[in-house]
Amino acid sequence: MEGDVVVFGQMGQYIGAGLAGIGSGAAAIGVGHVAGNYLAGALRNPSAAASQTATLFIGLAFAEALGIFAFLVSLLLMFAV
Amino acid sequence: MAEHTIEEEGGLVFHPLDQFIVKPLFGDGPVHWYTVTNVTLWMAIAVLCVVLVLVTGTRHRKVVPTKSQSIAELLYGFTYKMVEDVCGREGVKYFPYIMTIFVFILFANFLGLVPMSFSTTSQIAVTAVLGFGVFFAVTILGFVLNGAAFLGLFWMKDAPLVLRPIIAVIELISYFVRPVSHSIRLAGNIMAGHAVIKVFAGFAAIAAISPVSVLAITAIYGLEVLVAGIQAYVFTILTCVYLKDALHPSH
Repeated sequence: MEGDVVVFGQMGQYIGAGLAGIGSGAAAIGVGHVAGNYLAGALRNPSAAASQTATLFIGLAFAEALGIFAFLVSLLLMFAV
Repeated sequence: MAEHTIEEEGGLVFHPLDQFIVKPLFGDGPVHWYTVTNVTLWMAIAVLCVVLVLVTGTRHRKVVPTKSQSIAELLYGFTYKMVEDVCGREGVKYFPYIMTIFVFILFANFLGLVPMSFSTTSQIAVTAVLGFGVFFAVTILGFVLNGAAFLGLFWMKDAPLVLRPIIAVIELISYFVRPVSHSIRLAGNIMAGHAVIKVFAGFAAIAAISPVSVLAITAIYGLEVLVAGIQAYVFTILTCVYLKDALHPSH
């Protein structure tokens, strides 16, 4: 009975870690969205594109940070909990 | 928990996260705050490289720059333009701090990519010091320069009055999450990239897929070179953005 609880707990950890991996995919959508919209805007008005690269990278960083958080959650579930 | 997973992943010869273990450089006692570890060593090497490039590179300055002088000038000019673009003329006063952060992170990231080296920026302890340093510096600076008007950062003048308290709470939370996301972004990116390389390196032990895994390591290494530069840039430009908030809280 005691062993069952431990096994179930571990199962939950691994399932949770796997589910947290979905977050990485979601962050990929976000990053693609930012970059794609930037490119769409840059192709319409190439002269304004160069001044907006800083904003592009800030947007990418914010979108990507949440994916990294998801990765961190899955690492914590695998190794720290 | 950790011993358990090593047993279960029988296919891997080593664990992908083993590369991030902080070890004392001499002997193997416990790690105290003053213990010289591999992190200390590689941070010292990063500082040494920065000094080599920036100080000795610009020692004998010429109008027509030598190779090392133009690298140093390129780094300086790039950072200077970034600070000036984001923070405006008033931000240039704080340029040395931002330049220090940028060059240190850039060199630490790239040194982490040297085979058999230790990536110091993958340690949250290292990036948290940098991130919280920026957070405290910017917050204190904001209050010193603007006094109580700095709190206008959280009180949106152009929002409807009913929504302002709600927005203030959200802004306050996002302000205090900044140092956390700022430091975890850098550490997480570097750690994730290096762990992926090690996972593929583990697959190289299986003869049938080892050519594929060597190719994959090469490709991901290329990506990591890109990430190392971009993350240093992102860390620095976010520092500039936070600094801009401190200089002009009312936008």
